[in-house]
Amino acid sequence: MGRRISAYGLTFSLPMLIWQLLFFVFPLVFLIALSFWTVRNFRMQPDFDTVNWTTMYGRAIFWQAYGTTLALAAGAAVLTSLLAFPVAYAISFKLSDRARRWAIMLMVIPFFTSYLVRIYSWQVFLSDAGIINVMLGWIGLGPYGLLNTPGATLLGFVTLAFPLVVLLQLFSLIFIDRTLIEAAHNMRCGRLRTVFAVVIPSARVGLVIAALFAFILSFGDFVSPIYLGGGDPTTLSILITDTTKSGQQWPRAAVIALTMIVTLMAVAFLSIRFAYRGRK
Amino acid sequence: MTLTHTSGAGFSRRAALALGAAALATPMLSRRAFAAPTELTMLAWYGHAEPDMVAEFEAANNVKFVPKYYTGGDNMLGLISQSPPGTFDVILSDAEYVQQLNAAGYIEPLDPADYAFDEFFPEFQKFPGHWDGDTLYSVITRFGFLGVAYNTDALTEAEASTYDVFWDPRLTAKVGHFDWHLPNLGQMSLLNGNPSPYDIDEAAWEAVKEKTLTLRPQVGGFFDYGGTFSSLDNGQMLAFAGIGDWITGTLERSGAKVRSVIPEQGGLQWTESFSIGKGSAKADLARAWIQYVTSAQGQAKSAQMAAYPALIPNQKGWEVLNAENPAEAKRQGMVDGPGSAIDLIRTGRIQYRQLPVQQSLEDWNDFWSDYKGA
Repeated sequence: MGRRISAYGLTFSLPMLIWQLLFFVFPLVFLIALSFWTVRNFRMQPDFDTVNWTTMYGRAIFWQAYGTTLALAAGAAVLTSLLAFPVAYAISFKLSDRARRWAIMLMVIPFFTSYLVRIYSWQVFLSDAGIINVMLGWIGLGPYGLLNTPGATLLGFVTLAFPLVVLLQLFSLIFIDRTLIEAAHNMRCGRLRTVFAVVIPSARVGLVIAALFAFILSFGDFVSPIYLGGGDPTTLSILITDTTKSGQQWPRAAVIALTMIVTLMAVAFLSIRFAYRGRK
Repeated sequence: MTLTHTSGAGFSRRAALALGAAALATPMLSRRAFAAPTELTMLAWYGHAEPDMVAEFEAANNVKFVPKYYTGGDNMLGLISQSPPGTFDVILSDAEYVQQLNAAGYIEPLDPADYAFDEFFPEFQKFPGHWDGDTLYSVITRFGFLGVAYNTDALTEAEASTYDVFWDPRLTAKVGHFDWHLPNLGQMSLLNGNPSPYDIDEAAWEAVKEKTLTLRPQVGGFFDYGGTFSSLDNGQMLAFAGIGDWITGTLERSGAKVRSVIPEQGGLQWTESFSIGKGSAKADLARAWIQYVTSAQGQAKSAQMAAYPALIPNQKGWEVLNAENPAEAKRQGMVDGPGSAIDLIRTGRIQYRQLPVQQSLEDWNDFWSDYKGA
């Protein structure tokens, strides 16, 4: 016998359902349909032709961009998680309540500024005549080509994801049962071992979800690969713009976008499965 | 000190009455001036509906421009195709896209008698692509050349006067591309000696691809409009393919050490022209705008547009510009004599940028993506 949905429950779940339908399901269905349309003389025509799929999947540049994007996003997720963890750990375990509130506020502040502006400001640091190379020059080093490199793109991804990852890790670490840590210490478990044997496993869900968000944000980002990476190497977001920029090939761009969505869903599914593995 | 009421300097009762009457009568005499301004929608590259360009026309005609800016011909076509007819009153287009606009029925035919073509240089009086037979669809308003853009600290003008400079070892990882296949591959085609760079057979196209791929190790990045500006301005890129004075001129005016030169293999020409959108309910005002911006005064203003400078096709506009701002006229080459902008065209050193003739646009675009990923 199925459970009846009460009016109360329906009232509160309906907005989410409508939201998902309007802003996820309908656009997704349209995107799928669009990927089968054709373009003639710069005009899109409703059709059912697999040419866009075969063309895009048959091109080496597509798979090259796919591999690059996947590697950069995975690298950003790992790097951001590693850099964020000591910060989140310190805020969670070492600061007073008052200092923790200030630290959380400081982590929120970057969201008040435009991501594009933050990325542009990195150019001032990374360019050949930028602040970093000038400072290196004082000790007789450089100049090094820092801008328009994959490393610079990665730095942009970290800039994008770092505050969010710290916050997500923090909320996971804060709610760890402190008695577990005390018990570890009572059993003569060293600080580092406590972190790896107690803290990280206890906060696993939050840590994995934080890394997942870093991956998602980086995977679809267009700003860093263009303005810090100099558009080289090509990522999937750049390939989308390239595809739409000439000949109105929105259906082919839809193929790329759908591939990105499927990839993100697969990564999210696997990550969450890993995060909750062994839990009831 | 004594205050006196005199009829000359003071504010007499008669003057007060006159002022009151004038204030009351003005709305009757010029109702239009006090009415809400008529909105005129313009689809254009950034800058064309900014105050430095439109303020005078807006004030004179009680019009308020509502711009929608695009970043490339395909983007423009996309915006029009996704909008109902009549959405855009005035449409600015690059020459190669006017035929697409006309074929898709997005623009109205124009009456040539409405525009000051007799003031234009002969080369621009019946510009290819703007006419379908004897029917006019678009009026050219500005143009410019694409050549080698370079950092003047890194290269001399003589060194930059050939596309071969892009392969100079000093420029390894310092050559930037404006990220659009048409101008870049057109320049490579010129370098390969194709007199009509966009009308090439398969063998020539293969040679262009082969030559272009050899440049890849020299390339430091592929940039959009903003990225091109900043990487030239901060010296990150020392030479640029696919652009010209429309970018370096803006930077040069603000003191950056960059210039553009037309290399010995020749340069490309871009053009911008105005059309009236199909179904526009304000076609009269749209026509008045095109008349204004293609007049000698409007053209001089257009040549000095804050967003990006350009050459102008109106010969009398050159005269006005030389009277108003001789330094800028000289900088852009809008002066009489050998070496002038029009002289470059007449001596055959400039070819039109256009869509590929013997290959599809898709072929060129796909190769460009492959080149970027190489």
